Amino acid sequence: MPRRTDIKKIMIIGSGPIVIGQACEFDYSGAQACKSLKEEGFDIVLVNSNPATIMTDPEVADFTYIEPITPEIVEKIIQKELPDALLPTMGGQTALNIAVVLAESGVLQKYDVELIGAQLPAIKCAEDRLLFKEAMREVGLDLPKSEIVESLEKGCELSQEIGFPIILRPAFTLGGSGSAVAYGFEDFKEKLSWALSESPVNQVLIEESILGWKEFELEVMRDLQDNVSIICSIENFDPMGVHTGDSITVAPAQTLSDREYQKMRNAAIDCIRKVGVECGGSNIQFGVSPHDGRMVVIEMNPRVSRSSALASKATGFPIAKIAAKLAVGLTLDEIPNDITKETPASFEPSIDYCVVKFPRFNFEKFPEVEPILDTQMRSVGEVMSIGRTFREALMKSIRSLEIDRYGLSDPCHEIFSDLHGGKLEEKIFESISIPNPDRLWSIARAFRLGFDFEVIWEKSQIDPWFLSHISDLVELEKNCKVPGLLEDYDSLRLLKENGFSDREIAAIRGVEESEVRSSRYKLDLRPVFKKVDTCAAEFEAYTPYLYSTYDYEDELKDMKENQSIIILGGGPNRIGQGIEFDYCCVHGVQAVSEAGFESVMINCNPETVSTDYDISDRLYFEPLTLEDVLEIVYREMPKGVVVQFGGQTPLKLSNSLVESNVPILGTIPDSIDLTEDRERFSELLKELHLTQPPSGTATNYESAKKIADSVGYPVLVRPSYVLGGRAMVLVHNSEELSRYMSDAVKASSDRPVLIDHFLEDSIEVDVDSISDGNEVLIAGVMEHIEEAGIHSGDSACSLPPYSLGPEIVEELKRQTRILSKSLGVVGFNNVQFAVHKRQVFVIEVNPRASRTVPFVSKVVGIPFAKVATKVIAGKSLKDLGFQSDPLPKYFGVKEAVFPFKKFPGVDVILGPEMKSTGEAMGIASTFGPAFLKAQEGAGCKIPTKGRAFISVRDEDKAAMIPVAQSLLELGFELVATEGSYKSLLSNGMDAEHVFKVKDGQRPHIVDLMEEDQIQFVLNTTSGVQSIKDSRSIRRTSLLRDIFYCTTLSAARAAVGSLRDLDKNEITVCPLQSYHSGKFH
Amino acid sequence: MKINNIDSKPAILALEDGLVLEGKSFGFDIDAEGELVFNTEMTGYQEVLTDPSYRGQMVVMTYPHIGNYGVVDGDEESDNIWVEAFIVKELCRRFYKYNSVKDLDTYLKEYKIPGIEGIDTRFLTRHIRENGSLKAVLSSIETNKDVLIDRAKESPGLEGRDLVTGVSCKKSFFFGEKKSRPSCVAYDLGGKRAIFKQLSERFDLEVIPCSETAETVLKKGPSLVFLSNGPGDPSALDYIISNVKELLGKIPIVGICLGHQILAQVLGGKTYKLKFGHHGVNHPVREVTGSQVDITSQNHSFSVDLDSLPKDVEVTHLNLNDMTCEGLISNELRVCSVQYHPEASPGPHDARKLFDFFYDFCLSGKCDS
Repeated sequence: MPRRTDIKKIMIIGSGPIVIGQACEFDYSGAQACKSLKEEGFDIVLVNSNPATIMTDPEVADFTYIEPITPEIVEKIIQKELPDALLPTMGGQTALNIAVVLAESGVLQKYDVELIGAQLPAIKCAEDRLLFKEAMREVGLDLPKSEIVESLEKGCELSQEIGFPIILRPAFTLGGSGSAVAYGFEDFKEKLSWALSESPVNQVLIEESILGWKEFELEVMRDLQDNVSIICSIENFDPMGVHTGDSITVAPAQTLSDREYQKMRNAAIDCIRKVGVECGGSNIQFGVSPHDGRMVVIEMNPRVSRSSALASKATGFPIAKIAAKLAVGLTLDEIPNDITKETPASFEPSIDYCVVKFPRFNFEKFPEVEPILDTQMRSVGEVMSIGRTFREALMKSIRSLEIDRYGLSDPCHEIFSDLHGGKLEEKIFESISIPNPDRLWSIARAFRLGFDFEVIWEKSQIDPWFLSHISDLVELEKNCKVPGLLEDYDSLRLLKENGFSDREIAAIRGVEESEVRSSRYKLDLRPVFKKVDTCAAEFEAYTPYLYSTYDYEDELKDMKENQSIIILGGGPNRIGQGIEFDYCCVHGVQAVSEAGFESVMINCNPETVSTDYDISDRLYFEPLTLEDVLEIVYREMPKGVVVQFGGQTPLKLSNSLVESNVPILGTIPDSIDLTEDRERFSELLKELHLTQPPSGTATNYESAKKIADSVGYPVLVRPSYVLGGRAMVLVHNSEELSRYMSDAVKASSDRPVLIDHFLEDSIEVDVDSISDGNEVLIAGVMEHIEEAGIHSGDSACSLPPYSLGPEIVEELKRQTRILSKSLGVVGFNNVQFAVHKRQVFVIEVNPRASRTVPFVSKVVGIPFAKVATKVIAGKSLKDLGFQSDPLPKYFGVKEAVFPFKKFPGVDVILGPEMKSTGEAMGIASTFGPAFLKAQEGAGCKIPTKGRAFISVRDEDKAAMIPVAQSLLELGFELVATEGSYKSLLSNGMDAEHVFKVKDGQRPHIVDLMEEDQIQFVLNTTSGVQSIKDSRSIRRTSLLRDIFYCTTLSAARAAVGSLRDLDKNEITVCPLQSYHSGKFH
Repeated sequence: MKINNIDSKPAILALEDGLVLEGKSFGFDIDAEGELVFNTEMTGYQEVLTDPSYRGQMVVMTYPHIGNYGVVDGDEESDNIWVEAFIVKELCRRFYKYNSVKDLDTYLKEYKIPGIEGIDTRFLTRHIRENGSLKAVLSSIETNKDVLIDRAKESPGLEGRDLVTGVSCKKSFFFGEKKSRPSCVAYDLGGKRAIFKQLSERFDLEVIPCSETAETVLKKGPSLVFLSNGPGDPSALDYIISNVKELLGKIPIVGICLGHQILAQVLGGKTYKLKFGHHGVNHPVREVTGSQVDITSQNHSFSVDLDSLPKDVEVTHLNLNDMTCEGLISNELRVCSVQYHPEASPGPHDARKLFDFFYDFCLSGKCDS
């Protein structure tokens, strides 16, 4: 059936900002869908509030709306664009939920928009647990015993019938948000009430626990002719009980016989047909009892998902791309398989390697939270690795994680190394039985200590097939210590075949990594590269999607010197290192090709666009460690390697690469070093007559105190060499300093601690620039909304600046130019300034692509990462036609998005340590609406009326008054605690007094918030004690979705935008119109 | 616990074109020769081993971990292991599943079948893909590579050889219950148990040896004659072809795989050897007149030449990967057949509905669809 001709314009909704459970996999799928449908000649209207995406590049869709994904805004866009159809299956749960709202509220009908890909009844059936359960029963599929509960009473009653432990799953949430396991009645009651409040429809499924069962997923495609194929089977290493997103998973399924696999396959087909997902991709999860093989259906996602991104990367079958084509009427047999060219997409991929996905956690960012895994997803990213055996793939995945582990047994990172005897045994058993991020290493340790296989099996309930491989790896560790290993080809080869990194062998052996490597080179023991081809080599593959392995044949043929440029990717997503860097890498790769070189991408993050095989000329799906990169460089013989796009991951490698004589293109690593080295950097600033806040470097408390006394409190302290402000805090007195020094120095071994005088009430500014070595192009000057001291990644910012005067902006540009030139920057340079009482201070310089590059590119309308790449490849800014700095005539505002909801008990206060996972952008002709849109995009709707609660620290009392005045004028009622209340009264304003929680009298402020009596919270604090006291206010705001500001500047901006809103209605406009100057 | 293959005996796989690969021996310690084919299934190794169609062939599994779930009672497709040798990247020597009874190594030893592991099976697969199916010798005894290459060259291969006699049952027998349903007589040319099982769910089924004459069959007066799958070259099976010719037009005949190739020859068509055959469970097959694509299980080295078929024979199914013949029908002569394996086992069950079609076809003698 050829593609439909009755529709011309299709709307695609993205997934919005990156949050836990919804990451850049939806940029990958959405970007594929846009490209795929454009290829078929459709006009694409795209809505996504996340600027750090490839899909929102203005050339990807025809009409790109970087607007909040809310029903009201999407309706406005529909009204303006009048699309014929809406494809809701590409933007995760966000897009699906919006589509449901728009369909049910009649908006789609009103504007005659057809849902394609998945119809409303199918979405409802898959998402509504009750409907799903009934549907599965009707086609004879087994499910865990379960009941739908809409009240606490009913739940308690039914819990007796089901029996404990019981799993609770709220309906219509993403990332398993709110899911929990209850082991007893009291536990159950508490968790059920939480789960009920988490579900937007107050509906929770309580079900029979199948904890410890084997867990599987199938990725299914269906076309409008009812052809169904299974793209990939995935087996979880961690048994049922851990969210799939937090499980180590393996493709294909390893432990199913064909009879069992076909039963699952049939069930998946029955499921997709019954639910009625007409066409596209779906993901179906199964549990299988290890005791008797009983198979139950767990759930289904009627859309592309994180797993489908993984399945696409694991097999080479581009699920989202094909799903988009199916949605417009094409059938699987009409679409060619990109990789083999000759065969159609209507087949089931067969793979001849093993794929391991390993989740990446960030628990260290939230020290209040115990690192335990359950059915709610907590990982912030993941890596994928490919090997010819499970062991090789597993070992590669470990070193891809960038958690400073290079295998199972580095003695420096041995867990529980301080324990012995019975205590050790107890701790290890606990760590094996209760899922946690270190479980794999605990299991390895248990084998190493000689624990019984059966016991480890019983405690972990992990399939023995997986355990046996871990046991084998631990057994092989012994070979690392054998004398003469480094001269023995066969013995060393056995270790390399089993995935042992040079670094791991060296660590176990107690030698330098370089010694292992040079011995290996002497033995000519090198990996080969094989292709991922969807078909296990049955047909020729035309796509160079490669992985390394220690096997016989190498499929990389006819490599020529100096033809390629390698771009190192960003590795796994984690806080501080996210999609922004992948965005830069993708642009880098594209520009390398445009500049006439072969583009080579190395990355290990399966969620990304950069690891899509049709982005680069050659894709190496490999860990970003020195060893793995050097092996690729050895074969590629590139003109050079670009390290400035992938964030900290490649930067960490740059010195070692230089030492290994690998040519680095762009800014030389020594300049990066210079900016990271306090003393050298201060010298430079002095030479250039630029100012920085007084500072010093300390290695212990005494020296730290001395510096703090001399520069003056408050001081900002942090370990050297960090990204995302890890372990950076604002310290107000010597007591806090002493506490920090004992924690931080421990946290960062012997690296020194940097101490800066903190400039209170100053404005922080980010400036992104590109330099070709002679000229400097200022890409954008961004004024932060939050004052200096909040990590720049967590702060909202405005481009162009909304309050800084032109002479200050000019001064910032001037200083940026001077810095770029003197550092010899070729490529990107990001400078952070603080403006304090009209004086400019340099905070830090990062001669690389910064997190803000995609935001600046989207606002300004120039793909700066491409410009930087071309500059790096040798072009001058003049060649590229840049004469003057661009200045948008409208405003773009970026707001950060936080994962606090996923971590119960965590304080939501912002500080110098980065905590956000993603960002949203608002764009409008003036600052107010742009700010408002950014807030809405980030999920915080600024209330237009109601009661505003004010409680500010003494330093802010004077500045609070105009904000309060504006709130009153806007029609808000004011509520305040003692101090703020008095200031309000003394300034002649009406306010209601309310108790603080610690006052001990009721009702206190949190009571009012719980009763929905507060709509707007302005709460600023400083000092450890008052932060502690006000914590419940912030936490309650978060959980009850009350708009809150923890800084005065944010409140000022919010109130300002409300005043703007008072005058004008919010309008929507595509990015393309802003860029061409035709906006309104 | 033993690590992988450290302690096994070395073994050599030598190909007729001079390629020699070294690995480690497993299974029974004996030399083997045969034609190399690769199989792309990721599950179902036990069904592959016991499928009589693999007689004369050494099977290379493209998935690197083989043996993961051990050997399960009831998953075998016949009473014997028929592959000449088994070639894998890595063998799993343990078994843990609740329903597995032994490990794969032991299983092969019991049936005196040798195996080799530690081979770059992807390389070998690519080699076969580029050069076509090749004859080879596997030995853990002879170490002289030239000797082994020569032996590979001299080995008989598949073409022109009757491999069916060796795998067919020696005596007729009833399969499943007899309950006064239409009767089916199935020529066992090396038939898989799953096929007989599917037939016996619909017919009173009698399985007969490959050499049974048309006369005997006619005497039994079945409602349907079935030609099973089986090993080797259909052109070497004159005696079967002549028996089927006698039955043609008298009783409805259906065939699967080798049975399909024989029917094609009986109808006047020709078969030819494919470069490396179809051995896997992911082959898309589409009805010529329809839009439905079935993902099918396939295992054949020969194929029916589409151009050779007479005009009154209709091609019903095509393989979408290479557009080869996957099914044919003649309503007039009341015959139909498919090249792929609708019984699956291993493989997807998409096409199992075809057995219902066989049933209807047999009763009406017509193709309704």
